[in-house]
Amino acid sequence: MTRVKPKSSSMRSYRCASLALLFVISSTTVTSQSSPPQRIISLIPAVTEILFAIGAGSQVIGVSNYDVYPPAATQLPRVGGLVDPAVETILSLQPDLVIAYETQFTLLKQLTNAGINVSSYTHGTLDHILAGIRSLGVQTGHAIRAEQVARQIESDLQGIRARVAGRNRPRTLFVFAKEPLSIRNLFANGGKGFHNEMLEIAGSKNVFADTPRPSVQASTETILARAPEVIIEVRAGNTLKPTDIRRELAVWNLLPSLPAVQAGRVYFLQGTDLVVPGPRIAMATERLARALHPDAFKQ
Amino acid sequence: MILNHNTKASQGASTEAQPPIRWRLTVTWLSFGSLMILTLLIAPLIGPTSITLSSVIDRSLPFVENVDAQIFFIARLPRALTGALVGASLAAAGVVFQALLRNPLATPYTLGISAGSSLGAMLVITFGAPVLASVIPALPLASFLGSLMAAGVVYALATLRHRDLSTMVLLLAGVTINSFFSSVIMFVQYLNDFTQTFQTVRWLMGNLDVSGYQPILAALPFTLIAFIGFAWLPKSLNLLSLGVDSAASRGVDVLRTQRLAFLTASLATAAAVSLSGPIGFIGIVIPHLVRLLVGADHRIVMPASACLGASFLVACDVVARTVMSPLELPVGIITALIGGPFFLWILVRRQ
Repeated sequence: MTRVKPKSSSMRSYRCASLALLFVISSTTVTSQSSPPQRIISLIPAVTEILFAIGAGSQVIGVSNYDVYPPAATQLPRVGGLVDPAVETILSLQPDLVIAYETQFTLLKQLTNAGINVSSYTHGTLDHILAGIRSLGVQTGHAIRAEQVARQIESDLQGIRARVAGRNRPRTLFVFAKEPLSIRNLFANGGKGFHNEMLEIAGSKNVFADTPRPSVQASTETILARAPEVIIEVRAGNTLKPTDIRRELAVWNLLPSLPAVQAGRVYFLQGTDLVVPGPRIAMATERLARALHPDAFKQ
Repeated sequence: MILNHNTKASQGASTEAQPPIRWRLTVTWLSFGSLMILTLLIAPLIGPTSITLSSVIDRSLPFVENVDAQIFFIARLPRALTGALVGASLAAAGVVFQALLRNPLATPYTLGISAGSSLGAMLVITFGAPVLASVIPALPLASFLGSLMAAGVVYALATLRHRDLSTMVLLLAGVTINSFFSSVIMFVQYLNDFTQTFQTVRWLMGNLDVSGYQPILAALPFTLIAFIGFAWLPKSLNLLSLGVDSAASRGVDVLRTQRLAFLTASLATAAAVSLSGPIGFIGIVIPHLVRLLVGADHRIVMPASACLGASFLVACDVVARTVMSPLELPVGIITALIGGPFFLWILVRRQ
């Protein structure tokens, strides 16, 4: 039934999880008094990833227009996105559970009126992701696997923390959007949200940690003034070839005083794992940690 | 400060009954010109980071190590110069389009030039840069080509079935091209992923942070050509604003004037938008503000608008980058937030 290879986990934590969750499972089955949903539509890429990771992949019958992972999910019917859900397609697929984003009020209401079970989801911190995994496990009848997945992520993150512990934490600028081949209209990660936590776990100091927002549009002046020692730029798609990446990295020579530029510590990472707050978050954090502290992973 | 200069200029123009144009021009250049220069001198000294002028010009420290100097020369000075170039271009182009179309509501963006420009930018953000872009940054190039394409289409339509340039067809074709391109833009945006949508929306709000001189130098030749054209226009525009027939009877080569007006104003707008994105408001409000202050003579309105447009945008950008630092507000929001009420106040006070 599972399509995503589960991360290896020890028997001990498995037993622990089973025991801990026995109560949860029995209580939910009792209270909901129905079998788990078998026709799930996910409008959120992170939720789709979670469902496949916890073994509920075969129950998913529709995904959003933006889903690219896991490969099995891309074969499923598309039902729109955050601002343009295709209600008609959703209804025609006859789902028994639709998981949509918290702000899709209209859709959630329409579907409730149509007698379809809905569940709203929201992104937030790493804790949100872990809680989301556990809650989706309960909702879909895969509580034990979900608990395993969540624990694996927790222990992976703990492992990364331990590896970089005691090392110097470089001031880091985390760039998730800018104009191609320039540093204009640049958006960096602020002091809120899961990226900020990932940077912290990976052993760095976010230069915009003091800005209580998920993103900051950073001007040339602000970047110069904050003087990052490491710059990490991420792209969601795997669209750039090595020559393109070299060109993008060379753009930073516009600001020669930046310690990151002087030390040659500008990195360009690609992949949806870096931007989707789902079960691949520990893997993405490790990619950041490897860029930030290559020595810690030399063994 | 802005007010003082403006009132001085308006008094210079209105209190003496029909003073010679030479004198009025001198007053205009002295007042509006010095306002522009003053703004350009002060603006780079203000920003979210505190830097000292002494360390900016400190030659003992190499430039690579001197953060203050880099903030001044890489971040602030190019921004101020870009603001001046874009502000002057949009304000002057606004004057020309309003005279050419004989419509007070005309802006540099009315004829679809900014929509074409935005489409070019959207395509680069969405589908990436083609190979030829390795030399020149793809985004400004695409946006410049997009605006020239829009202007070309509108011009071709307006001259297709007429021997002269029909301003009515020009206006209707321009407005139609504008909404057509806007739909294509929305379609391209629809194909975007989440971060690209974010980028495109932000690009449409305008941004003067060019982080270097290369973008300015790329736009400058086109702006200069446009302004040389602008220097020829004012006298003919004065006569043209009385009507095509009456202008022709007074010896104006109407078609040539219209052509020159359209081409230069389009070129100035194209260069400005490719440099900064479509910053709104300046092209309509600055010309009207200047007319309220100095009268309708294009020989005065043109240079005064260019100078005031430059000062206004540079000043707005200072506000944009300091008011919520380290966050930065899109300068287009500031131009409308400050310019709107100010313009209404002048309008009401004058009547």
